Amino acid sequence: MHVDWTIYTSLIGAGLIMLLPRESKTLIRLVALLTGVIGLGIGLDAYFAYNAWITPDTKDGFWHIANTPWIPLLGAHYHLAIDGINLPLIILNGFICVTGILFSWNIDKRPKEFFAFFLTLIAGVYGVFMAMDLFLLFVFYELAIIPKYFIIAIWGSTRKEYGAMKLVLYSFIGSAFVFIAILVVFFASGQGTFDMLELAKHPIARDVQLWVFPLAFVGFAVLAGMWPFHTWAPTGHVAAPTAASMLLAGVVMKLGAYGCFRAGMMLFPDGLEYWRWPLAWLALVGIIYGAAVALVQKDFKYMIGYSSVSHMGFVLLGLVTLNVVGMSGAILQMFSHGIIAGLLFAVVGRMIYDRTHTRQLDELGGLAKVLPFACVTFVIGGAASMGMPGFSGFVAEIQVLIGAFDMSPWLAVGAGVGIIITVAYILKAIHKVFFAEEEHTQAAPAGAPDHGHGHGHGHGHGGAGDARWDVPPITLPEKLGAIILMSLLVIIGLYPSIMLNMIQPNVEIFLRGLR
Amino acid sequence: MTTVNYLDVVRGLSAELILAVTALLALTIDLSVLRRAERAVRTKSVGTLAVIGLLAALIPLFQMYGDAPQTLLGGTLVVNDLTVIFKIVVVVLTALAVLISLDYDVGRHVGEYFATMLFGAIGMLLLVGTEELITIFVALELTSICLYILTAFHKSWLRSQEAALKYFMFGAISSAFLLFGLSYIFGIAGTTNLRAIHEVVLTDSPLFSVGLLFVIIGFGFKVAVVPFHLWAPDAYEGAPTPVAAYIATGSKVASFFVLTKVLLIGFTGAEGSAFWGSFQSGWAMLLAVTGTLSMVVGNCAAIVQHNIKRLLAYSSIAHAGYIFIGLIAATVTGTTSVLFYVIVYALTNLGAFGVLAALSARAGGEDLEHFNGMSKRAPYLSLLMLIFILSLAGVPPLGGFFSKFYLFAAAVGRDAENFGLLWLVVIGIFMSAVSLYYYLIVLKHMYIVEPRDPSRITTPVYLNVALGLAALGVVLLGVFPQPLLALLNSLAARL
Repeated sequence: MHVDWTIYTSLIGAGLIMLLPRESKTLIRLVALLTGVIGLGIGLDAYFAYNAWITPDTKDGFWHIANTPWIPLLGAHYHLAIDGINLPLIILNGFICVTGILFSWNIDKRPKEFFAFFLTLIAGVYGVFMAMDLFLLFVFYELAIIPKYFIIAIWGSTRKEYGAMKLVLYSFIGSAFVFIAILVVFFASGQGTFDMLELAKHPIARDVQLWVFPLAFVGFAVLAGMWPFHTWAPTGHVAAPTAASMLLAGVVMKLGAYGCFRAGMMLFPDGLEYWRWPLAWLALVGIIYGAAVALVQKDFKYMIGYSSVSHMGFVLLGLVTLNVVGMSGAILQMFSHGIIAGLLFAVVGRMIYDRTHTRQLDELGGLAKVLPFACVTFVIGGAASMGMPGFSGFVAEIQVLIGAFDMSPWLAVGAGVGIIITVAYILKAIHKVFFAEEEHTQAAPAGAPDHGHGHGHGHGHGGAGDARWDVPPITLPEKLGAIILMSLLVIIGLYPSIMLNMIQPNVEIFLRGLR
Repeated sequence: MTTVNYLDVVRGLSAELILAVTALLALTIDLSVLRRAERAVRTKSVGTLAVIGLLAALIPLFQMYGDAPQTLLGGTLVVNDLTVIFKIVVVVLTALAVLISLDYDVGRHVGEYFATMLFGAIGMLLLVGTEELITIFVALELTSICLYILTAFHKSWLRSQEAALKYFMFGAISSAFLLFGLSYIFGIAGTTNLRAIHEVVLTDSPLFSVGLLFVIIGFGFKVAVVPFHLWAPDAYEGAPTPVAAYIATGSKVASFFVLTKVLLIGFTGAEGSAFWGSFQSGWAMLLAVTGTLSMVVGNCAAIVQHNIKRLLAYSSIAHAGYIFIGLIAATVTGTTSVLFYVIVYALTNLGAFGVLAALSARAGGEDLEHFNGMSKRAPYLSLLMLIFILSLAGVPPLGGFFSKFYLFAAAVGRDAENFGLLWLVVIGIFMSAVSLYYYLIVLKHMYIVEPRDPSRITTPVYLNVALGLAALGVVLLGVFPQPLLALLNSLAARL
């Protein structure tokens, strides 16, 4: 098993790109793409190997890849392992990396630095997902923060420097909480190791857990976009260039949720038991609030940004349900939302904004005729986002709902409301961007979805859309990237067991360990 | 009286002697042979001589490493592996500072400049290698006076004069404080040897408290912690950049090393307690208060700076605050963490100042605006600056991250049952989150803002290589800290 090579190839790719002359832009892109594809290939290979390896009587579900002492004086190990929880996320990262590079094919400004930063970020993300040592996880986690700043601040758009700085400071303050929690758990356990599997076997004293758990959980949840610490997410997503938005919403927010699970829930069972109700309600607020705010956005990208906050609420809600269905749903939702967010940001940022140079819903319209491919892509992504059966979003969210119902029916009802609002804003976006043929000057009133507004006006101007938008057609890399992501949505939607088969046993192992 | 083997003394001081000879040679050669040469030629040749002398001084140091520990002249000269390591660090830092100066316009008095730098290095070496109060004071003075002179080397620039005067006034007052405090300590203990002072139980004496207070204040000035920091930003800004680098690194290393010794050898038992909820007066409390103030004031004041040297000055004040946390821990791990931190910090900071010195002369100034778009004008040095700055900010996998992590871990581990020092660590962690902001501002100007003048900047190869090695060191100390850490740990255990 060489899945650790995902980290190394990404770093080697980044280093290689640094050495290439800055003029040979195509070569740089190809090296980046090749690196991404190799990483994805390694991830997929690991998927098949892991599924062949895991049997019902496998002891703990962890396949250890590397475990050598790193800094013995500190008790830090270079310990990487995969299990059914992080493997879907590793594969997700591979897909987002490849498609992100495809959607950044048109980056003409300093592509060398762009792809170098991009691949460094990818390497950090792979590392976080695989690290089983708390110190190592923290190293990779912080390593992934800095490249985001440069990617957004250099290649971004709307208020890019503000958005980049906000994102980085939020992440860093979140990781400051995590830092404190790491030091406390290390000394309180007295095991002299940062190995999370060891630490999980010897939980620390209950009274310490009660105040450390929220530090660790919230510290990571900042990056997962948990309400009320979510405000970096919309500004960051909007400011970021397309590939970075895809990566931010698709993978980086999952880093946070994964950290909540691995470093928060696994190490502090008593703290989790004590805090799970407030956390569930916060997650619910995030679901409804994110969806409601998305509904009233005038900026297309902000809408998708807030929808990420809403969808990540499902992940956090699913995690704290502490039952197999809910937690499996949460893990699957991480994968599913990663793909959906990647797809939607690709449509908004690359297919539409790069061509029309506006993201205002009121200014867009009639794009279905000009960019039919973008329309189809967004409709499919949107359908998955609103939890339409047949797409991955449905499988994931329905499980979270069932799990939440088990915890409290009211949570399920609330989350259901969130889904209904999601339907409203996705339909509104589809209508305004792709089908509305007349400029909307009137702002949509909050709470009342106004899809259908403007009906009867546009029919007379059949070709208005073509006249208004004189834009280049969708390029091949874009189509390729979109098709990859769309097929994933459908495959997981129709045949979820390819993921759930490895997620569920590991969730069961985790829950057994809790009791 | 025990008899003294003067051969041992000469051997123990061989590095210092080599530097003294080099300094005198530099003076004579510049005044005689190079009298009529051009200034650039003089700078290059005298500077090269200084570098050669420094490298030669490394030879006896490496030979001494691993020898049996010796304490000579009643603690005036202590030769053991720890002091040898720190002497090597000081010599390497001085050599780097001299290398940076080769490319810098140091003014008319080239020979004097390099000779003063070498004399300063001698002071630092003596400081590192002593456990005796009078020698500590004399060595500190030797170092400080050289640094005052060096600060004023921009002779025609009023700022430099003002900075030097300010530095001198503050330094002189702090010396007075230090000497006054030391005199009390001597008066009570009847000895100037740190280990002997430790033998005398003196915590209950009010005179001792006064002495302790004054000693801490004196050192507080030297290492620039709040509220004794006011000289630092002006001195850094006004001094020639290589000198600022030297003040911020070489003298910091030596001062912190000797402060560690004074506190942990001489004043153990007088630390009181800085544990949350059970505060007791003692030096730990003094350090906790000044350290907290330094972290807060240093980081907050750095945010509003436009001059990169001033920014780095405030950042160094903040770093001194972090180091105090490690000193308060006062365990073997704590000492290790302080020593490791100081080495990493000095290397990083010297690199940052080196890049600054190399680029500022060609970019037209040291303000943030002058560094706009530097990643296009000087991509290699900009990349090095990225490494140095991120290391200062404590971003993994660089040395600055690991040293900070280890320092905070040591402090939390001091009282692992009640987490008595966690409050200091929490302040430190959140303040380093604040610090990321201004460090990123520097990088923003270098990487994001477009340059006004996009012309390429070329820098001498030797400088690129030297700074590249420093950056490599910063990376390696972050990724593989174990060897140095284990070494320092074993030596700190025998402190």
